[in-house]
Amino acid sequence: MIGRHRHLIALEGLSREEILQVLDLAVSMKEVLSRPVKKVPSLRGKNVVNLFFETSTRTRSSFEIAAKVLSADSLNWTAAQSSTTKGETLLDTAKNLEAMRPDVLVVRHSASGAPNFLARHVGCSVVSAGDGAHEHPSQGLLDCFTLRERFGSLEGRTVAIVGDISHSRVARSDLHSLPKLGAKVRLCGPPTMIPQGIERLGATVHHDLRTAVEGVDAVIMLRIQHERIGDPLIPNTREYSKFWGLNARKAADWLKEDAVILHPGPINRGVELSSDVADGPRSVILDQVQNGVAVRMAILYLLAGGAGDDRAEKVSA
Amino acid sequence: MSNPKDVIVIQGGRVIDPASGIDGIRTVLLREGKVAAVAERVDVPAGARVVDARGRWVTPGFIDLHVHLREPGQEYKESVATGTRAAVAGGFTAVCAMPNTVPANDNTSVTELMLARAAAAGLARVYPIGAVTKGRKGEELAEYGELKAAGCVALSDDGSPVMSSALMRRALEYSRAFGLPIAVHEEDLHLVGKGVMNEGAAATRLGLKGVPAQAEDVMVLRDLSLLELTGGRLHLCHVSTAGSVRALREARRRGLPVTAEVTPHHLALTDEDVARSDYDPDFKMNPPLRTAEDVKALQEGLADGTIDAIATDHAPHSPEEKKLEFDAALNGVLGLETAFPVCLDLVRQGLLTERRLVEALTVGAARCFGLPGGTLAVGSPADVAVLDPTLAWVVDPMRGFSKSRNTPWKGRTLTGRCTHAFVGGRLVHEAGVAP
Repeated sequence: MIGRHRHLIALEGLSREEILQVLDLAVSMKEVLSRPVKKVPSLRGKNVVNLFFETSTRTRSSFEIAAKVLSADSLNWTAAQSSTTKGETLLDTAKNLEAMRPDVLVVRHSASGAPNFLARHVGCSVVSAGDGAHEHPSQGLLDCFTLRERFGSLEGRTVAIVGDISHSRVARSDLHSLPKLGAKVRLCGPPTMIPQGIERLGATVHHDLRTAVEGVDAVIMLRIQHERIGDPLIPNTREYSKFWGLNARKAADWLKEDAVILHPGPINRGVELSSDVADGPRSVILDQVQNGVAVRMAILYLLAGGAGDDRAEKVSA
Repeated sequence: MSNPKDVIVIQGGRVIDPASGIDGIRTVLLREGKVAAVAERVDVPAGARVVDARGRWVTPGFIDLHVHLREPGQEYKESVATGTRAAVAGGFTAVCAMPNTVPANDNTSVTELMLARAAAAGLARVYPIGAVTKGRKGEELAEYGELKAAGCVALSDDGSPVMSSALMRRALEYSRAFGLPIAVHEEDLHLVGKGVMNEGAAATRLGLKGVPAQAEDVMVLRDLSLLELTGGRLHLCHVSTAGSVRALREARRRGLPVTAEVTPHHLALTDEDVARSDYDPDFKMNPPLRTAEDVKALQEGLADGTIDAIATDHAPHSPEEKKLEFDAALNGVLGLETAFPVCLDLVRQGLLTERRLVEALTVGAARCFGLPGGTLAVGSPADVAVLDPTLAWVVDPMRGFSKSRNTPWKGRTLTGRCTHAFVGGRLVHEAGVAP
């Protein structure tokens, strides 16, 4: 359980304390990852099924490693190999998987709300690995973890999220978590990529990159998906890159000395982020990947572990 | 069921008949399929069936301008028999059947089939609506004269709006030859795109693709503008936006021949209910549930008569089409059995008068398409609803009369229910009595 929750579908309903419960446990999990023998028996005999209806390398591998380090058995079920192409419904797929008695179902789906639907109809815990443009809770948590690791506390910090906010589940999960830890959030992108009413989630909206990133402690750059071009949200990547992309010169001129750059990956080098920034000293992009494993270990542990309050100690012992 | 020659006396109820200006305790006498008397005192003829309506409302049978009976072609969702059974259970004694059947009701054989099935069922009256264009494809005009002769009372391509302004112009012009209103589902399909709910803060939070209110508004404005060129009669189906109500009010002020309907769900629910439902496709319909501001405008428009009628857009779908991801589920919800209590709630909230509620469900609807009924005036068809405005009941989709179960009101306690429905003087529904 994460606080009161048996599932992790969205950060919207999570309290500050529940978010901190995961982040604090993830600190111990990260320590496990630094050991020469990266294996603890915490989830021995537990089954984690990764049910991916959308292609993913990073997130799926991250959940898979997280399960393995905790000694859980994990199974990857991808849509390409499943019956969905033969017309099986999501519910039937889920019911079939459930009959195999998993403890946790990690699901990624292109339809917003698909994990909510599954959680209503299966008995095991459901973890969203991203659904449509709704949420990507483990990504939101790993962003929080990475920033907390860097700055100690997020109290009074400011984070800018730049890119296609309207299609971004990462932006929504960040928006539902960073402010709970005390950070202010600015959103930036062309007006076609800023969804209606997003400011009601407590962010300020900017269309000018310079004013958006001025004085911030971190910038989360979002991937520009090629299918959005001609959607028609933007004319082309050239113009996008010129006005909303970040390169070393803009970073040096506009960003605070200690401001860091995050990106959920995979990067479109030369579009939203130039290589000199992605690989430069401000980049914490690879820390995010490593922290992702630790955060997902914490999530799986809390939902499948069922141990008492001393669980963090048990893992680190 | 009773013989149409039977005499029925409905005693002691509060008769609300806006068409004849009656609101008070009256006794209603039905004889030979007609309303024979509405008076404070009526002698009960020997052998008459007496219905005790004390504490209840007695109104003209409701008329629903917008129902999907799904027959022919999609009988797994609903049939004329089950749909009209659900209708009378909700107090509706007449329903207009939308032409998005399979095949579409764009020719007399489909119209005739619907009418034959309705006659066989012997429940609510069915008034078919013919298609505006052949196959509802928006390419060629359907045969309006033939459709009218076969029994169609209006024309509509319903869920497939005529996107070509030129064709819509000709449809409005040509319909004038036969005096048929064109009922339009106003939606600019380009603005809709892949949207599945109202565009706004709720859709943004849910990460669902939005449909802006302007997708409806621009088409309402287009058609009102065309109407000035062509004449004819335009009827706006299920208006859902404050912009539509504004445009409609302005058009009526200028005397344009336009009427409009609104659904119970658009009057009572908002896009925040989609969020609260946790992506339940029983809250997915087209047009989508809008914002609280839109709902307020619709309630005001209904109250002041800008909107003529309440219509349910009863849209049955099977569980296979609804128990899915929100994006994948079909649009539409049931409406016939829940319309009265849902709208009665507006009266309880002080947003609508009882008279206006009954008017919008009866004569207000009848006037839109020039239908008979909607009144208890002596000599009218004996289509009557007896309603208990205080009866609370829990909506259990498994116990409804529709073949389908897709209602957003499932599990909710609603107050108000039809206890008796008469069509042509025949008792066709009695609450708690199996048909």
